[in-house]
Amino acid sequence: MEATIPVLILAIPLFMFLFLGILGKFMSHKWAGILGTAGMGVTLCLAYFTAFTYFFSGNPDFIAADGQRLQNLVFNLDWLHLYGNLTIKLGFLLDPISAMMLVVITTISFMVHLYSNGYMRDHHGVWETGFQRFYAFLSLFSFSMLGLVVATNIFQMYIFWELVGASSYLLIGFYYTRPSAVSASKKAFIVTRFADLGFLIGILVLSYYTGFFDFTELTSAAVPGMENVYSVSEGTAQGIFNVFQTKAAAGFMGCSVMTWALVLIFIGGMGKSAMMPLHIWLPDAMEGPTPVSALIHAATMVVAGVYLVARLFPLFIVNEMHGGAALEIVTWVGAITALYAAIVACTQIDIKRVLAFSTISQIAFMMVSLGVCTIDEAGHHGLGYMASMFHLFTHAMFKALLFLGAGALIHAIGSNDYTAMHGLRKYMPVTHITFLIGCLAIAGIIPFSGFFSKDEILSSCLGNSTVVYIWMSLVAGLTAFYMFRLYYLIFWWKEHKVHEGHHAPHDQPWTMTLPLVILAAVSVVAGFIPFGNLVSWNGEPYDFMAHFDWSVATVSLIIAIAAIALATKMYMKENPLPAKMKNAMPALWRWAHHRFYWDELYYFITHKIIFNGICRPIAWFDRHIIDGTMDACATVTQKVSYAIRGLQSGNLQMYVWVYLFGAMLLGIITAIVLILV
Amino acid sequence: MDYSQFLVMKQEICLLVIFLLVFLNDIFMPRKAQSAIGVITCILFGIFTLFGFCPMVIGNSSADAFAGMYATSPVIVNIKNILNVGVLIVLIQSLRWTASDMQRIRRGEFYELLLVTLFGMYLMISSRHFLMFVIGLETASLPLAAMVAFDKHRYESHEAAVKYILTAVFSSAIFMMGLSFVYGLTGSLYYTNIAAGIQSGAAIVPLVIALAFVIAGIGFKLSLVPFHLWTADVYQGAPTPVTSYLSVISKGSAAFAFLVILWQVFGSVYADAWEWMLYALIILTITVGNLFAIRQRNLKRFLAFSSISQAGYIMLGVIAFTALSQMGKAALMFYILVYIFSNLAAFGVIGAIENYCGKVSMDDYNGLCKTNPRLSFVMMLAMFSLAGIPPFAGFFSKFFIFTSAINQGSVAIYVLVLIALINTIISLYYYLLVVKAMYIKTEEPCSISTFRSAWSERIAMWICVAGIVGLGIVSYFYDNLLTLVGC
Repeated sequence: MEATIPVLILAIPLFMFLFLGILGKFMSHKWAGILGTAGMGVTLCLAYFTAFTYFFSGNPDFIAADGQRLQNLVFNLDWLHLYGNLTIKLGFLLDPISAMMLVVITTISFMVHLYSNGYMRDHHGVWETGFQRFYAFLSLFSFSMLGLVVATNIFQMYIFWELVGASSYLLIGFYYTRPSAVSASKKAFIVTRFADLGFLIGILVLSYYTGFFDFTELTSAAVPGMENVYSVSEGTAQGIFNVFQTKAAAGFMGCSVMTWALVLIFIGGMGKSAMMPLHIWLPDAMEGPTPVSALIHAATMVVAGVYLVARLFPLFIVNEMHGGAALEIVTWVGAITALYAAIVACTQIDIKRVLAFSTISQIAFMMVSLGVCTIDEAGHHGLGYMASMFHLFTHAMFKALLFLGAGALIHAIGSNDYTAMHGLRKYMPVTHITFLIGCLAIAGIIPFSGFFSKDEILSSCLGNSTVVYIWMSLVAGLTAFYMFRLYYLIFWWKEHKVHEGHHAPHDQPWTMTLPLVILAAVSVVAGFIPFGNLVSWNGEPYDFMAHFDWSVATVSLIIAIAAIALATKMYMKENPLPAKMKNAMPALWRWAHHRFYWDELYYFITHKIIFNGICRPIAWFDRHIIDGTMDACATVTQKVSYAIRGLQSGNLQMYVWVYLFGAMLLGIITAIVLILV
Repeated sequence: MDYSQFLVMKQEICLLVIFLLVFLNDIFMPRKAQSAIGVITCILFGIFTLFGFCPMVIGNSSADAFAGMYATSPVIVNIKNILNVGVLIVLIQSLRWTASDMQRIRRGEFYELLLVTLFGMYLMISSRHFLMFVIGLETASLPLAAMVAFDKHRYESHEAAVKYILTAVFSSAIFMMGLSFVYGLTGSLYYTNIAAGIQSGAAIVPLVIALAFVIAGIGFKLSLVPFHLWTADVYQGAPTPVTSYLSVISKGSAAFAFLVILWQVFGSVYADAWEWMLYALIILTITVGNLFAIRQRNLKRFLAFSSISQAGYIMLGVIAFTALSQMGKAALMFYILVYIFSNLAAFGVIGAIENYCGKVSMDDYNGLCKTNPRLSFVMMLAMFSLAGIPPFAGFFSKFFIFTSAINQGSVAIYVLVLIALINTIISLYYYLLVVKAMYIKTEEPCSISTFRSAWSERIAMWICVAGIVGLGIVSYFYDNLLTLVGC
């Protein structure tokens, strides 16, 4: 493939960032919005073209004769040559998952760009302050995220990984005059940075032993006779495993070094994907503008952790096959997070928080799916991987839809709490219908997209372990329950009360409703995409129907419908049942409402233990010992500087004298030393 | 005589042609047409600079001429190109100054003298015979004195010129004294012959004395301590364009010529004789330069001392260059290139402000960011780059020069680099003083009111900023230099 279009896919958002960032304040709000959206629109077309070419052109660069999809290095430039063969490259890797992510990112990003034109102004059409800055940051984020998914090597991924973190920080703190937004942005940045420390160490361990950064070197084999074309290969991953066995046979603290490397890398993914116990930043990140939540904290950036594990999946699976624990850790971290987040989501009042916990829970689904995936008969030859990527795709669509719907509600009502909403179905019909579609999709009702992806995940769980299957089915039921709880509390429950002197809430302008309609349409039909043909762990077409399990599908459908029925009973009409249930289990409700006091625990650990126990003594040492030494140095320097000032007298005779004396001294001393030695 | 030899010196000939065009324009064109002389010079020189980067010129240009007195190679063409870039910036920066009422009547002379000195520097770099070198050195030095005295209505300018010319003459005398020793020992002035003569075992003590004098002679141009005392007075007294020319171009060319002489002529006595001399000079230069810079309030004087300590870092590249690894040469060239952009950015700001209101004290800059945010920003970039703060180019040039020195691997060089590193911290202090004055001391209103600098000054600053930022990010330039020197 020609490199022009891939380069443009990255260059246009970067250019838009610089353009809007530097020149934004010289243009009107309207034009900044139009230009930003147009730029993203062009990127969208190019990304679609690239993905379409990759999947459907049948070019031997992209698909082998036997139907296996290949990895294509469109370009891979040496960026930083450190020493020896240690080179950091920047490139563009086109393979099934990166092509799919290109589609996801540009679609959601374009929708959000469009939507923000309407969202980022008040009811009188007055634009938010910093509107141009907002668009500049959105472009920066899109650039970083696109760079992340097409990374050809793990170091490039790390660079863009940090860039998405930085742009997420900037966007969460967009309303920087609001203290809660500032502290939320700091929290997000620090928590994810902390996780990235694990990621970086993991990269270093991995590359130290293997000598490679490139994914193609780590997980794939070159296709003979082709240039820059690779195919995912279990053999290569096995080779990497063997390298670890020979170079680091001893292991470390009971785990093999390779397991350590993979787990450390996974910790980075846990931070970005808000897995327990590093999930605490994501609910707070809802302080950012709602379109940002839809783009970054629902559809794209938070799935980076899943993408990372998927990218290195051959290493994980080989490790698993030799008894390593990495994938098991992925499974259980995911499973626990999924349940935890689902329970918490049932008790939140802020609608964005409900969606945030729902996101955490759904990403955990993807993690579990990767964790339980095996490539043997029992695991349906990698069904879990495919299901995870499928769920990533469908979830991005319906969760962005839900967030944008929530944004429309918040925009209309001016509050985040459902207590201020209730009974909105008559006032905002478009939002109502699209939101309902989103809820049906996430609950897993046939034929909406969530049904297919979730069902595949559950099938895959069943193939691996019954415990995980039952566990995740329960979480799926909870998902349906809390989503419909939210739906009913917003749109039903009781009649909406319009305060005197206020307009009745109404649907939003077309820039905001059009993305809702498009995303709803996608959420309806996305399940019928023959996803297995496009994405599978090793690129070979995957016949999903051959592994379809009707019993699993029926059970999950029954659970979902039962959960929805329960939610209907409890929340459709105003009744005392929810209050009764809350009073029946006050402790559980309180714990769940306070998110099981995780934030308080973190607060205790950081403020009470770390700050007092560790930071104070270090600060003392720094202030008195280190600063003291430095101050002494500075004083000495100042004194000497003062003492020798006479040398620069301005007297030419002396200058010449010093010159001559210096030259002779230089010669004579050297000569004497030479003679003596 | 084979006249085709002249074709080897493409750049020198082009430079002479430009000189003649400017000269003829100055003499024969009507008064009115002369007002464009600065712009014409800039355009001609700009074309010439671009011409130097043509593959045709760099290409396979290794050759020598005139019985081996003159040599050129892709590396030499490139160091000349680097200097050209700097000269071009200086020329653009000086447009406003030469257009002022004071200078209008003799602005042609400024450009002519400048081009002639550049020609001398070319000869210094390319010569392979000491006679040629001395001619180049003098051609590069003497007209500079006239340039320093250019502000003839200012007393300081005269004083600076007198100091400069006397020290220059004195240093030339010392230098030639050293040369006469060398000639006496080896019987030749060709670099190669001297090197052969030294290798076959010349008496070491006279050689060391001779070497000390040679180092002192070139050390004058580089303002190494203790041959630096003229620097501060001259930099302060000279007109700002001349100061910037002195501080970067004159220094850059001398540094490269120094490297050539030390290694080509005296390379065989590296470990015996001049390794330790240079160690001492480097430590002295960096430290003393820094210690004096801390106390300065006049910005031109401040930059004079800063340039002294920068010369010490450049010398690290000379030490790092060995027969085995050519990395030092690339690092040195890169350092000069980055130094050109950073220092000229600083001088560009100082010159613009001086042209506007004549203020050059650091205290006048208090709160500059309020009145002139862009100038403050350029100045900040320049200071960051000079101090070596990533991601600006100055960080990488220091980094490369340190790594290339460390590659030598001896304990002594580790100590040397450590001392240099400690000195970068000291330098950070005084470079940040300027930034602090501009950005933090904003309580009182700035004494420099808001103004718009001339287009020429802005162009020059843009080029410098592009250099400071671009060279830091784009690895192409350094990689290119590395391949050029062959490693």
